Amino acid sequence: MFSALMLNAWGSASIVAVVAGVVGFFIVLRGSAFAAHALPNGAFAGAAGASLVGVDAIVGLAVFSILGALTIAGLGRRARHDVATALVIVVMLGLGSLFLSMTTEYAPEIYSLLFGEVLGVSSSELVPIAVIGAVSIAMILVMYRPLMFSSVMPDVAEAHGVRSARMEVAFLLVVALTTTMAVPVVGALLIFSLLISPGAAARCFTNKPLAAMGLSVLIALGTVWSAIALSFLSNLPIGFFVGSIGAATYAAGRGWVAWRRNRPRSPRATRTLPRAVAG
Amino acid sequence: MLGFMEPLIEPGFFSNTPVQTALLVGGVVAVVSGIVGTFTVMRGQSFAGHSLADIGTAGGSASFLLGISPLFGFVAMNLMAAGVMEWIGIRRPRGRDLATGIVLGAALGLAALFLYLDTTASSTTGATVNVLFGSIFTLPASVVPFIAIFSVVAAGIVLALYRPLILSSVSSDLATAQGVPVRLVGIGYLVALAVAVSLSAVTIGAILSTALLIGPAATALRITNRTGRAALIAAAIGVAATWLGVLLAYDSYYWFPTRGGWPVSFFVVTLIFLTYIVSQTRPRTRSPGGQPSIARDAG
Repeated sequence: MFSALMLNAWGSASIVAVVAGVVGFFIVLRGSAFAAHALPNGAFAGAAGASLVGVDAIVGLAVFSILGALTIAGLGRRARHDVATALVIVVMLGLGSLFLSMTTEYAPEIYSLLFGEVLGVSSSELVPIAVIGAVSIAMILVMYRPLMFSSVMPDVAEAHGVRSARMEVAFLLVVALTTTMAVPVVGALLIFSLLISPGAAARCFTNKPLAAMGLSVLIALGTVWSAIALSFLSNLPIGFFVGSIGAATYAAGRGWVAWRRNRPRSPRATRTLPRAVAG
Repeated sequence: MLGFMEPLIEPGFFSNTPVQTALLVGGVVAVVSGIVGTFTVMRGQSFAGHSLADIGTAGGSASFLLGISPLFGFVAMNLMAAGVMEWIGIRRPRGRDLATGIVLGAALGLAALFLYLDTTASSTTGATVNVLFGSIFTLPASVVPFIAIFSVVAAGIVLALYRPLILSSVSSDLATAQGVPVRLVGIGYLVALAVAVSLSAVTIGAILSTALLIGPAATALRITNRTGRAALIAAAIGVAATWLGVLLAYDSYYWFPTRGGWPVSFFVVTLIFLTYIVSQTRPRTRSPGGQPSIARDAG
Protein backbone atom coordinates (compact mmCIF):
# COMPACT_ATOMS: atom_id res chain seq x y z
CA MET A 1 0.00 0.00 0.00
CA PHE A 2 2.96 2.33 0.56
CA SER A 3 5.07 1.29 -2.41
CA ALA A 4 6.86 3.86 -4.55
CA LEU A 5 4.01 3.76 -7.04
CA MET A 6 1.50 4.63 -4.36
CA LEU A 7 3.53 7.54 -2.97
CA ASN A 8 2.28 9.88 -5.69
CA ALA A 9 -1.28 8.88 -4.89
CA TRP A 10 -0.87 9.60 -1.18
CA GLY A 11 0.98 12.87 -1.86
CA SER A 12 -1.38 14.31 -4.45
CA ALA A 13 -4.48 13.25 -2.55
CA SER A 14 -3.16 14.83 0.63
CA ILE A 15 -2.52 18.14 -1.15
CA VAL A 16 -6.04 18.07 -2.60
CA ALA A 17 -7.50 17.26 0.81
CA VAL A 18 -5.74 20.16 2.55
CA VAL A 19 -6.85 22.68 -0.10
CA ALA A 20 -10.37 21.24 -0.22
CA GLY A 21 -10.61 21.43 3.57
CA VAL A 22 -9.70 25.13 3.63
CA VAL A 23 -11.72 26.19 0.57
CA GLY A 24 -14.61 23.92 1.55
CA PHE A 25 -14.94 25.63 4.91
CA PHE A 26 -15.70 28.90 3.12
CA ILE A 27 -17.98 27.19 0.61
CA VAL A 28 -20.14 25.92 3.47
CA LEU A 29 -19.98 29.29 5.23
CA ARG A 30 -21.02 31.21 2.10
CA GLY A 31 -23.59 28.65 0.92
CA SER A 32 -21.78 28.26 -2.42
CA ALA A 33 -22.39 24.54 -2.70
CA PHE A 34 -23.96 24.84 -6.14
CA ALA A 35 -20.94 26.68 -7.58
CA ALA A 36 -18.66 24.08 -5.97
CA HIS A 37 -20.58 21.44 -7.89
CA ALA A 38 -20.95 23.39 -11.14
CA LEU A 39 -17.32 24.42 -11.65
CA PRO A 40 -15.71 20.95 -11.43
CA ASN A 41 -18.52 19.43 -13.45
CA GLY A 42 -18.31 22.09 -16.16
CA ALA A 43 -14.50 22.06 -16.15
CA PHE A 44 -14.74 18.41 -17.12
CA ALA A 45 -16.04 19.65 -20.48
CA GLY A 46 -12.88 21.75 -20.75
CA ALA A 47 -10.76 18.65 -20.37
CA ALA A 48 -12.70 17.02 -23.21
CA GLY A 49 -12.07 20.14 -25.32
CA ALA A 50 -8.37 20.09 -24.46
CA SER A 51 -7.98 16.55 -25.71
CA LEU A 52 -9.76 17.61 -28.91
CA VAL A 53 -7.27 20.40 -29.69
CA GLY A 54 -4.34 18.38 -28.36
CA VAL A 55 -3.29 20.37 -25.29
CA ASP A 56 -2.84 19.14 -21.74
CA ALA A 57 -6.09 18.40 -19.90
CA ILE A 58 -5.16 20.75 -17.07
CA VAL A 59 -5.18 23.71 -19.49
CA GLY A 60 -8.72 22.90 -20.54
CA LEU A 61 -9.75 22.48 -16.89
CA ALA A 62 -8.24 25.86 -15.98
CA VAL A 63 -9.79 27.73 -18.92
CA PHE A 64 -13.27 26.31 -18.40
CA SER A 65 -13.35 26.61 -14.63
CA ILE A 66 -12.10 30.22 -14.68
CA LEU A 67 -14.51 31.23 -17.48
CA GLY A 68 -17.29 29.45 -15.58
CA ALA A 69 -16.46 31.29 -12.35
CA LEU A 70 -16.48 34.67 -14.11
CA THR A 71 -19.77 33.92 -15.89
CA ILE A 72 -21.49 32.77 -12.70
CA ALA A 73 -20.32 35.91 -10.91
CA GLY A 74 -21.32 38.14 -13.86
CA LEU A 75 -24.76 36.66 -14.51
CA GLY A 76 -25.39 36.17 -10.79
CA ARG A 77 -25.08 39.89 -10.21
CA ARG A 78 -28.06 40.59 -12.45
CA ALA A 79 -30.29 37.68 -11.58
CA ARG A 80 -30.67 34.85 -9.13
CA HIS A 81 -27.39 33.23 -8.32
CA ASP A 82 -28.69 29.67 -8.46
CA VAL A 83 -30.29 30.24 -11.87
CA ALA A 84 -27.03 31.67 -13.23
CA THR A 85 -25.09 28.72 -11.85
CA ALA A 86 -27.54 26.19 -13.31
CA LEU A 87 -27.34 27.80 -16.75
CA VAL A 88 -23.55 27.96 -16.69
CA ILE A 89 -23.23 24.29 -15.81
CA VAL A 90 -25.60 23.17 -18.58
CA VAL A 91 -23.89 25.33 -21.20
CA MET A 92 -20.48 23.96 -20.25
CA LEU A 93 -21.77 20.39 -20.23
CA GLY A 94 -23.53 20.99 -23.56
CA LEU A 95 -20.18 22.03 -25.02
CA GLY A 96 -18.66 18.98 -23.34
CA SER A 97 -21.11 16.66 -25.08
CA LEU A 98 -20.23 18.33 -28.39
CA PHE A 99 -16.49 17.85 -27.75
CA LEU A 100 -17.03 14.23 -26.74
CA SER A 101 -18.95 13.56 -29.95
CA MET A 102 -15.98 14.88 -31.90
CA THR A 103 -13.22 12.95 -30.16
CA THR A 104 -12.39 9.32 -30.43
CA GLU A 105 -11.48 9.12 -26.75
CA TYR A 106 -12.63 5.95 -25.12
CA ALA A 107 -15.18 5.96 -22.36
CA PRO A 108 -12.69 4.81 -19.66
CA GLU A 109 -10.79 8.07 -20.00
CA ILE A 110 -14.00 10.02 -19.56
CA TYR A 111 -14.83 7.86 -16.59
CA SER A 112 -11.47 8.57 -14.97
CA LEU A 113 -11.93 12.34 -15.32
CA LEU A 114 -15.39 12.09 -13.79
CA PHE A 115 -14.50 9.76 -10.96
CA GLY A 116 -10.79 10.47 -10.58
CA GLU A 117 -7.67 8.45 -10.98
CA VAL A 118 -5.74 9.00 -7.82
CA LEU A 119 -3.67 5.87 -8.41
CA GLY A 120 -2.58 7.11 -11.83
CA VAL A 121 -1.00 10.42 -10.76
CA SER A 122 2.57 10.65 -12.06
CA SER A 123 5.49 12.50 -10.48
CA SER A 124 5.43 15.14 -13.21
CA GLU A 125 1.78 15.87 -12.48
CA LEU A 126 2.53 16.35 -8.81
CA VAL A 127 4.31 19.69 -9.44
CA PRO A 128 1.38 21.64 -11.00
CA ILE A 129 -0.96 20.15 -8.40
CA ALA A 130 1.26 21.40 -5.57
CA VAL A 131 1.79 24.84 -7.16
CA ILE A 132 -1.89 25.50 -7.90
CA GLY A 133 -2.80 24.21 -4.45
CA ALA A 134 -0.33 26.60 -2.84
CA VAL A 135 -1.71 29.52 -4.87
CA SER A 136 -5.28 28.69 -3.77
CA ILE A 137 -4.29 28.58 -0.09
CA ALA A 138 -2.26 31.80 -0.47
CA MET A 139 -5.26 33.60 -2.01
CA ILE A 140 -7.46 32.50 0.90
CA LEU A 141 -4.86 33.67 3.43
CA VAL A 142 -4.43 37.05 1.73
CA MET A 143 -8.15 37.81 1.77
CA TYR A 144 -8.93 35.90 4.95
CA ARG A 145 -10.39 38.74 7.02
CA PRO A 146 -12.55 40.49 4.39
CA LEU A 147 -13.68 37.11 3.04
CA MET A 148 -14.69 35.91 6.48
CA PHE A 149 -16.43 39.21 7.16
CA SER A 150 -18.38 39.26 3.90
CA SER A 151 -19.28 35.57 4.22
CA VAL A 152 -20.74 35.87 7.71
CA MET A 153 -22.24 39.35 7.62
CA PRO A 154 -22.43 40.59 4.03
CA ASP A 155 -24.43 43.72 4.84
CA VAL A 156 -22.19 44.88 7.68
CA ALA A 157 -19.10 44.09 5.61
CA GLU A 158 -20.46 46.18 2.75
CA ALA A 159 -20.96 49.09 5.15
CA HIS A 160 -17.31 48.74 6.18
CA GLY A 161 -16.16 48.98 2.59
CA VAL A 162 -15.80 45.29 1.78
CA ARG A 163 -17.18 44.89 -1.73
CA SER A 164 -19.09 41.63 -1.57
CA ALA A 165 -19.41 41.40 -5.37
CA ARG A 166 -15.63 41.56 -5.67
CA MET A 167 -15.21 39.04 -2.85
CA GLU A 168 -17.57 36.72 -4.72
CA VAL A 169 -15.49 36.89 -7.91
CA ALA A 170 -12.24 36.36 -6.01
CA PHE A 171 -13.65 33.44 -4.08
CA LEU A 172 -15.11 31.75 -7.16
CA LEU A 173 -11.68 32.08 -8.80
CA VAL A 174 -10.17 30.22 -5.84
CA VAL A 175 -12.80 27.50 -6.31
CA ALA A 176 -11.87 27.42 -10.02
CA LEU A 177 -8.17 26.91 -9.17
CA THR A 178 -9.02 24.21 -6.67
CA THR A 179 -11.11 22.54 -9.37
CA THR A 180 -8.27 22.65 -11.88
CA MET A 181 -5.92 21.01 -9.48
CA ALA A 182 -8.30 18.46 -7.98
CA VAL A 183 -10.23 17.10 -10.97
CA PRO A 184 -7.35 15.02 -12.39
CA VAL A 185 -6.79 13.48 -8.94
CA VAL A 186 -10.21 12.85 -7.42
CA GLY A 187 -12.44 13.51 -10.42
CA ALA A 188 -15.07 16.07 -11.34
CA LEU A 189 -17.87 14.47 -9.37
CA LEU A 190 -16.07 13.56 -6.16
CA ILE A 191 -14.15 16.78 -5.51
CA PHE A 192 -17.58 18.11 -4.64
CA SER A 193 -17.94 15.70 -1.70
CA LEU A 194 -14.52 16.77 -0.45
CA LEU A 195 -15.47 20.44 -0.71
CA ILE A 196 -18.77 20.08 1.16
CA SER A 197 -18.76 17.29 3.73
CA PRO A 198 -15.61 18.11 5.79
CA GLY A 199 -16.54 21.80 6.05
CA ALA A 200 -20.14 21.01 6.93
CA ALA A 201 -19.11 18.43 9.53
CA ALA A 202 -16.49 20.73 11.07
CA ARG A 203 -19.08 23.48 11.52
CA CYS A 204 -21.14 21.12 13.65
CA PHE A 205 -18.30 20.55 16.10
CA THR A 206 -17.08 24.09 16.68
CA ASN A 207 -18.17 27.68 16.12
CA LYS A 208 -14.68 29.17 16.16
CA PRO A 209 -13.65 29.94 12.58
CA LEU A 210 -10.00 28.91 12.75
CA ALA A 211 -10.71 25.76 14.72
CA ALA A 212 -13.47 24.83 12.27
CA MET A 213 -11.15 25.38 9.32
CA GLY A 214 -8.42 23.25 10.91
CA LEU A 215 -10.92 20.53 11.74
CA SER A 216 -12.24 20.69 8.17
CA VAL A 217 -8.72 20.04 6.85
CA LEU A 218 -8.23 17.14 9.28
CA ILE A 219 -11.56 15.58 8.31
CA ALA A 220 -10.74 15.99 4.61
CA LEU A 221 -7.35 14.31 5.12
CA GLY A 222 -8.92 11.51 7.14
CA THR A 223 -11.60 11.01 4.47
CA VAL A 224 -9.10 10.84 1.62
CA TRP A 225 -6.60 8.64 3.42
CA SER A 226 -9.16 6.11 4.56
CA ALA A 227 -10.79 6.18 1.11
CA ILE A 228 -7.48 5.33 -0.57
CA ALA A 229 -6.73 2.58 1.95
CA LEU A 230 -10.21 1.06 1.71
CA SER A 231 -10.18 1.29 -2.07
CA PHE A 232 -6.78 -0.40 -2.15
CA LEU A 233 -7.94 -3.21 0.12
CA SER A 234 -11.38 -3.77 -1.39
CA ASN A 235 -10.65 -2.97 -5.05
CA LEU A 236 -13.83 -0.85 -5.17
CA PRO A 237 -13.74 2.68 -6.65
CA ILE A 238 -12.28 5.37 -4.43
CA GLY A 239 -15.15 7.75 -5.16
CA PHE A 240 -17.59 5.45 -3.43
CA PHE A 241 -15.57 5.66 -0.21
CA VAL A 242 -15.04 9.43 -0.48
CA GLY A 243 -18.79 9.94 -0.92
CA SER A 244 -19.93 7.62 1.85
CA ILE A 245 -17.27 8.63 4.40
CA GLY A 246 -18.12 12.26 3.68
CA ALA A 247 -21.81 11.65 4.33
CA ALA A 248 -20.94 9.66 7.46
CA THR A 249 -18.81 12.46 8.94
CA TYR A 250 -21.62 14.95 8.36
CA ALA A 251 -24.10 12.56 9.99
CA ALA A 252 -21.70 12.29 12.95
CA GLY A 253 -21.58 16.08 13.16
CA ARG A 254 -25.36 16.36 13.17
CA GLY A 255 -25.51 13.62 15.80
CA TRP A 256 -23.06 15.58 17.95
CA VAL A 257 -25.16 18.75 17.62
CA ALA A 258 -28.32 16.86 18.61
CA TRP A 259 -26.54 15.29 21.59
CA ARG A 260 -25.14 18.66 22.73
CA ARG A 261 -28.57 20.22 22.56
CA ASN A 262 -29.82 17.81 25.23
CA ARG A 263 -27.04 18.78 27.65
CA PRO A 264 -26.64 21.96 29.69
CA ARG A 265 -24.41 24.36 27.79
CA SER A 266 -21.35 26.10 29.11
CA PRO A 267 -22.17 29.79 29.51
CA ARG A 268 -18.75 30.92 28.28
CA ALA A 269 -19.25 33.13 25.24
CA THR A 270 -16.96 32.49 22.33
CA ARG A 271 -16.41 34.22 19.04
CA THR A 272 -19.18 32.44 17.27
CA LEU A 273 -20.58 32.22 13.80
CA PRO A 274 -24.32 32.22 13.25
CA ARG A 275 -25.73 28.79 14.04
CA ALA A 276 -28.09 28.78 11.12
CA VAL A 277 -25.18 28.49 8.72
CA ALA A 278 -24.29 25.08 10.07
CA GLY A 279 -27.35 23.62 8.38
CA MET B 1 -45.52 19.40 -49.72
CA LEU B 2 -42.58 20.38 -47.61
CA GLY B 3 -40.20 20.22 -50.55
CA PHE B 4 -39.52 23.93 -50.51
CA MET B 5 -38.16 23.57 -46.96
CA GLU B 6 -35.62 20.99 -47.97
CA PRO B 7 -32.57 23.21 -47.43
CA LEU B 8 -33.76 23.67 -43.85
CA ILE B 9 -35.15 20.26 -43.08
CA GLU B 10 -33.26 17.23 -44.31
CA PRO B 11 -35.46 14.74 -46.18
CA GLY B 12 -36.99 12.03 -44.04
CA PHE B 13 -37.20 14.12 -40.88
CA PHE B 14 -40.89 13.58 -40.22
CA SER B 15 -41.04 9.94 -41.35
CA ASN B 16 -38.14 8.84 -39.15
CA THR B 17 -39.36 6.81 -36.14
CA PRO B 18 -36.61 7.84 -33.66
CA VAL B 19 -37.27 11.45 -34.64
CA GLN B 20 -41.00 11.04 -34.07
CA THR B 21 -40.36 9.53 -30.62
CA ALA B 22 -37.83 12.27 -29.85
CA LEU B 23 -40.27 15.04 -30.84
CA LEU B 24 -43.11 13.49 -28.85
CA VAL B 25 -41.17 12.64 -25.68
CA GLY B 26 -39.08 15.80 -25.83
CA GLY B 27 -42.21 17.90 -26.16
CA VAL B 28 -43.94 16.23 -23.20
CA VAL B 29 -40.83 16.50 -21.02
CA ALA B 30 -40.36 20.16 -21.98
CA VAL B 31 -43.95 21.01 -20.99
CA VAL B 32 -43.70 19.26 -17.61
CA SER B 33 -40.26 20.80 -16.97
CA GLY B 34 -41.55 24.27 -17.83
CA ILE B 35 -44.49 24.02 -15.40
CA VAL B 36 -42.51 22.46 -12.55
CA GLY B 37 -39.45 24.61 -13.27
CA THR B 38 -41.32 27.89 -12.87
CA PHE B 39 -41.78 27.04 -9.20
CA THR B 40 -38.22 25.71 -8.92
CA VAL B 41 -36.92 29.12 -9.97
CA MET B 42 -39.38 31.02 -7.77
CA ARG B 43 -38.49 28.89 -4.75
CA GLY B 44 -34.74 29.17 -5.38
CA GLN B 45 -34.34 25.40 -5.61
CA SER B 46 -32.35 25.25 -8.86
CA PHE B 47 -29.56 23.38 -7.09
CA ALA B 48 -31.96 20.71 -5.88
CA GLY B 49 -33.50 20.51 -9.37
CA HIS B 50 -30.10 19.99 -10.94
CA SER B 51 -28.83 17.66 -8.21
CA LEU B 52 -31.76 15.30 -8.56
CA ALA B 53 -30.73 14.70 -12.17
CA ASP B 54 -27.22 13.70 -11.04
CA ILE B 55 -28.51 11.78 -8.01
CA GLY B 56 -30.80 9.79 -10.29
CA THR B 57 -27.73 8.44 -12.10
CA ALA B 58 -27.04 6.38 -8.97
CA GLY B 59 -30.49 4.85 -9.31
CA GLY B 60 -30.12 4.54 -13.06
CA SER B 61 -26.80 2.72 -12.76
CA ALA B 62 -28.20 0.48 -10.02
CA SER B 63 -31.11 -0.44 -12.27
CA PHE B 64 -28.67 -1.80 -14.86
CA LEU B 65 -27.40 -4.20 -12.18
CA LEU B 66 -30.88 -5.21 -11.10
CA GLY B 67 -32.07 -5.53 -14.65
CA ILE B 68 -35.02 -3.17 -14.24
CA SER B 69 -35.91 -0.14 -16.34
CA PRO B 70 -33.65 2.84 -15.56
CA LEU B 71 -36.76 5.02 -15.23
CA PHE B 72 -37.82 3.17 -12.06
CA GLY B 73 -34.27 3.35 -10.70
CA PHE B 74 -34.26 7.10 -11.24
CA VAL B 75 -37.66 7.66 -9.67
CA ALA B 76 -36.96 5.47 -6.62
CA MET B 77 -33.54 7.04 -6.01
CA ASN B 78 -34.84 10.58 -6.44
CA LEU B 79 -37.81 10.12 -4.12
CA MET B 80 -35.42 8.79 -1.45
CA ALA B 81 -33.02 11.66 -2.07
CA ALA B 82 -35.83 14.23 -1.87
CA GLY B 83 -36.89 12.70 1.44
CA VAL B 84 -33.39 12.94 2.89
CA MET B 85 -32.99 16.55 1.65
CA GLU B 86 -36.24 17.48 3.35
CA TRP B 87 -35.13 15.72 6.53
CA ILE B 88 -31.71 17.45 6.62
CA GLY B 89 -33.33 20.82 6.13
CA ILE B 90 -33.99 21.94 2.59
CA ARG B 91 -36.86 24.14 3.78
CA ARG B 92 -34.56 26.62 5.52
CA PRO B 93 -33.02 29.02 2.98
CA ARG B 94 -29.58 29.01 4.62
CA GLY B 95 -29.41 25.24 5.01
CA ARG B 96 -30.88 24.49 1.59
CA ASP B 97 -27.67 24.33 -0.43
CA LEU B 98 -25.95 22.28 2.21
CA ALA B 99 -28.77 19.74 2.52
CA THR B 100 -28.78 19.33 -1.25
CA GLY B 101 -24.99 19.15 -1.39
CA ILE B 102 -24.62 16.46 1.27
CA VAL B 103 -27.20 14.24 -0.43
CA LEU B 104 -25.64 14.88 -3.83
CA GLY B 105 -22.15 14.01 -2.57
CA ALA B 106 -23.31 10.74 -1.02
CA ALA B 107 -25.33 9.81 -4.13
CA LEU B 108 -22.39 10.48 -6.44
CA GLY B 109 -20.33 8.10 -4.33
CA LEU B 110 -23.01 5.44 -4.82
CA ALA B 111 -23.09 6.22 -8.55
CA ALA B 112 -19.32 5.66 -8.69
CA LEU B 113 -19.81 2.25 -7.07
CA PHE B 114 -22.74 1.15 -9.25
CA LEU B 115 -21.15 2.35 -12.48
CA TYR B 116 -17.99 0.48 -11.56
CA LEU B 117 -20.00 -2.66 -10.90
CA ASP B 118 -21.88 -2.11 -14.18
CA THR B 119 -18.64 -1.97 -16.14
CA THR B 120 -17.20 -5.04 -14.42
CA ALA B 121 -20.47 -6.94 -14.78
CA SER B 122 -21.05 -6.30 -18.45
CA SER B 123 -17.63 -5.01 -19.53
CA THR B 124 -19.30 -2.18 -21.41
CA THR B 125 -18.48 1.39 -20.54
CA GLY B 126 -21.41 2.79 -22.46
CA ALA B 127 -23.58 2.85 -19.34
CA THR B 128 -21.65 5.75 -17.77
CA VAL B 129 -21.92 8.03 -20.72
CA ASN B 130 -25.48 6.97 -21.43
CA VAL B 131 -26.63 7.76 -17.91
CA LEU B 132 -24.79 11.04 -17.64
CA PHE B 133 -25.38 12.45 -21.08
CA GLY B 134 -28.44 10.56 -22.28
CA SER B 135 -29.73 10.65 -25.80
CA ILE B 136 -33.15 11.53 -27.02
CA PHE B 137 -32.61 9.54 -30.21
CA THR B 138 -32.08 6.18 -28.49
CA LEU B 139 -35.40 6.04 -26.67
CA PRO B 140 -37.30 2.80 -27.14
CA ALA B 141 -40.94 3.48 -27.98
CA SER B 142 -41.96 1.16 -25.11
CA VAL B 143 -41.08 3.78 -22.48
CA VAL B 144 -43.64 6.24 -23.85
CA PRO B 145 -46.58 5.03 -21.65
CA PHE B 146 -44.48 5.28 -18.48
CA ILE B 147 -43.34 8.73 -19.46
CA ALA B 148 -46.96 9.75 -19.92
CA ILE B 149 -47.90 8.41 -16.46
CA PHE B 150 -45.04 10.16 -14.66
CA SER B 151 -45.73 13.41 -16.53
CA VAL B 152 -49.33 13.36 -15.38
CA VAL B 153 -48.23 12.66 -11.78
CA ALA B 154 -45.71 15.54 -11.70
CA ALA B 155 -47.93 18.09 -13.42
CA GLY B 156 -50.95 16.87 -11.42
CA ILE B 157 -49.25 17.47 -8.06
CA VAL B 158 -48.30 21.00 -9.09
CA LEU B 159 -51.81 21.79 -10.35
CA ALA B 160 -53.42 20.29 -7.22
CA LEU B 161 -51.21 22.44 -4.99
CA TYR B 162 -51.36 25.42 -7.32
CA ARG B 163 -52.69 28.22 -5.06
CA PRO B 164 -50.91 27.31 -1.80
CA LEU B 165 -47.76 26.59 -3.79
CA ILE B 166 -47.70 30.08 -5.32
CA LEU B 167 -48.37 31.66 -1.95
CA SER B 168 -45.70 29.69 -0.10
CA SER B 169 -43.19 30.17 -2.92
CA VAL B 170 -43.61 33.96 -2.81
CA SER B 171 -43.58 34.34 0.94
CA SER B 172 -43.65 31.46 3.37
CA ASP B 173 -44.46 33.85 6.25
CA LEU B 174 -47.50 35.17 4.44
CA ALA B 175 -48.55 31.64 3.54
CA THR B 176 -48.22 30.51 7.17
CA ALA B 177 -50.33 33.45 8.29
CA GLN B 178 -53.00 32.43 5.78
CA GLY B 179 -53.07 28.94 7.24
CA VAL B 180 -51.21 27.20 4.41
CA PRO B 181 -49.36 24.09 5.63
CA VAL B 182 -46.10 25.38 4.17
CA ARG B 183 -44.00 22.34 5.03
CA LEU B 184 -46.48 19.87 3.55
CA VAL B 185 -46.78 21.95 0.39
CA GLY B 186 -42.97 22.02 0.21
CA ILE B 187 -42.78 18.24 0.52
CA GLY B 188 -45.48 17.80 -2.12
CA TYR B 189 -43.59 20.09 -4.45
CA LEU B 190 -40.33 18.22 -3.82
CA VAL B 191 -42.06 14.98 -4.83
CA ALA B 192 -43.30 16.59 -8.05
CA LEU B 193 -39.77 17.90 -8.71
CA ALA B 194 -38.23 14.49 -8.07
CA VAL B 195 -40.66 12.78 -10.46
CA ALA B 196 -40.29 15.45 -13.15
CA VAL B 197 -36.50 15.41 -12.99
CA SER B 198 -36.35 11.60 -13.05
CA LEU B 199 -38.52 11.67 -16.13
CA SER B 200 -36.42 14.23 -17.94
CA ALA B 201 -33.00 12.92 -16.84
CA VAL B 202 -33.70 9.36 -17.88
CA THR B 203 -35.14 10.32 -21.25
CA ILE B 204 -32.97 13.21 -22.38
CA GLY B 205 -30.03 13.07 -19.97
CA ALA B 206 -28.94 15.04 -16.95
CA ILE B 207 -27.74 18.08 -18.92
CA LEU B 208 -30.95 18.73 -20.80
CA SER B 209 -32.99 17.96 -17.71
CA THR B 210 -31.52 20.94 -15.86
CA ALA B 211 -31.51 23.13 -18.95
CA LEU B 212 -35.25 22.57 -19.59
CA LEU B 213 -36.15 22.90 -15.92
CA ILE B 214 -34.38 26.19 -15.19
CA GLY B 215 -33.68 28.03 -18.46
CA PRO B 216 -37.18 28.49 -19.95
CA ALA B 217 -38.70 29.20 -16.51
CA ALA B 218 -36.09 31.86 -15.70
CA THR B 219 -36.68 33.46 -19.11
CA ALA B 220 -40.46 33.35 -18.68
CA LEU B 221 -40.31 34.92 -15.24
CA ARG B 222 -38.30 37.71 -16.82
CA ILE B 223 -41.11 38.29 -19.34
CA THR B 224 -44.10 38.15 -17.01
CA ASN B 225 -44.79 38.42 -13.31
CA ARG B 226 -47.85 36.19 -13.35
CA THR B 227 -47.00 32.66 -12.29
CA GLY B 228 -49.55 30.85 -14.45
CA ARG B 229 -48.63 32.76 -17.57
CA ALA B 230 -44.92 32.24 -16.80
CA ALA B 231 -45.47 28.48 -16.61
CA LEU B 232 -47.18 28.48 -20.01
CA ILE B 233 -44.47 30.63 -21.59
CA ALA B 234 -41.77 28.42 -20.05
CA ALA B 235 -43.44 25.31 -21.47
CA ALA B 236 -43.66 26.96 -24.90
CA ILE B 237 -40.00 28.04 -24.87
CA GLY B 238 -38.95 24.57 -23.75
CA VAL B 239 -40.92 22.84 -26.50
CA ALA B 240 -39.63 25.24 -29.17
CA ALA B 241 -36.00 24.81 -28.06
CA THR B 242 -36.33 21.02 -27.90
CA TRP B 243 -37.95 20.66 -31.31
CA LEU B 244 -35.54 23.07 -32.98
CA GLY B 245 -32.65 21.25 -31.28
CA VAL B 246 -33.86 17.88 -32.57
CA LEU B 247 -34.22 19.34 -36.05
CA LEU B 248 -30.71 20.85 -36.01
CA ALA B 249 -29.21 17.63 -34.66
CA TYR B 250 -30.93 15.71 -37.45
CA ASP B 251 -29.65 18.18 -40.04
CA SER B 252 -26.14 18.05 -38.58
CA TYR B 253 -25.71 14.41 -39.56
CA TYR B 254 -23.35 15.32 -42.38
CA TRP B 255 -21.73 18.30 -40.71
CA PHE B 256 -18.01 18.47 -40.08
CA PRO B 257 -16.29 16.93 -38.13
CA THR B 258 -18.40 14.36 -36.33
CA ARG B 259 -19.65 11.14 -37.72
CA GLY B 260 -23.27 10.71 -36.82
CA GLY B 261 -24.21 14.29 -36.09
CA TRP B 262 -23.80 16.88 -33.39
CA PRO B 263 -25.46 16.10 -30.04
CA VAL B 264 -29.04 17.31 -29.49
CA SER B 265 -28.16 18.47 -25.98
CA PHE B 266 -25.64 20.95 -27.36
CA PHE B 267 -28.23 22.59 -29.62
CA VAL B 268 -31.04 22.68 -27.06
CA VAL B 269 -28.81 24.07 -24.30
CA THR B 270 -27.39 26.74 -26.59
CA LEU B 271 -30.87 27.80 -27.75
CA ILE B 272 -32.14 27.99 -24.16
CA PHE B 273 -29.11 29.93 -22.99
CA LEU B 274 -29.36 32.44 -25.86
CA THR B 275 -33.08 32.98 -25.13
CA TYR B 276 -32.21 33.64 -21.50
CA ILE B 277 -29.45 36.12 -22.41
CA VAL B 278 -31.81 37.98 -24.78
CA SER B 279 -34.46 38.17 -22.04
CA GLN B 280 -31.83 39.57 -19.68
CA THR B 281 -31.34 42.58 -21.94
CA ARG B 282 -35.01 43.55 -21.49
CA PRO B 283 -35.80 46.01 -18.75
CA ARG B 284 -37.49 44.35 -15.79
CA THR B 285 -41.25 44.02 -16.17
CA ARG B 286 -43.60 45.93 -13.93
CA SER B 287 -46.83 44.41 -12.80
CA PRO B 288 -49.96 46.27 -13.92
CA GLY B 289 -51.51 48.66 -11.40
CA GLY B 290 -48.30 49.13 -9.48
CA GLN B 291 -48.83 46.04 -7.35
CA PRO B 292 -45.66 44.61 -5.88
CA SER B 293 -44.56 42.07 -8.40
CA ILE B 294 -44.77 38.46 -7.35
CA ALA B 295 -41.64 37.27 -8.99
CA ARG B 296 -39.51 40.38 -8.74
CA ASP B 297 -36.15 38.67 -8.40
CA ALA B 298 -37.09 35.42 -9.93
CA GLY B 299 -35.45 35.91 -13.32
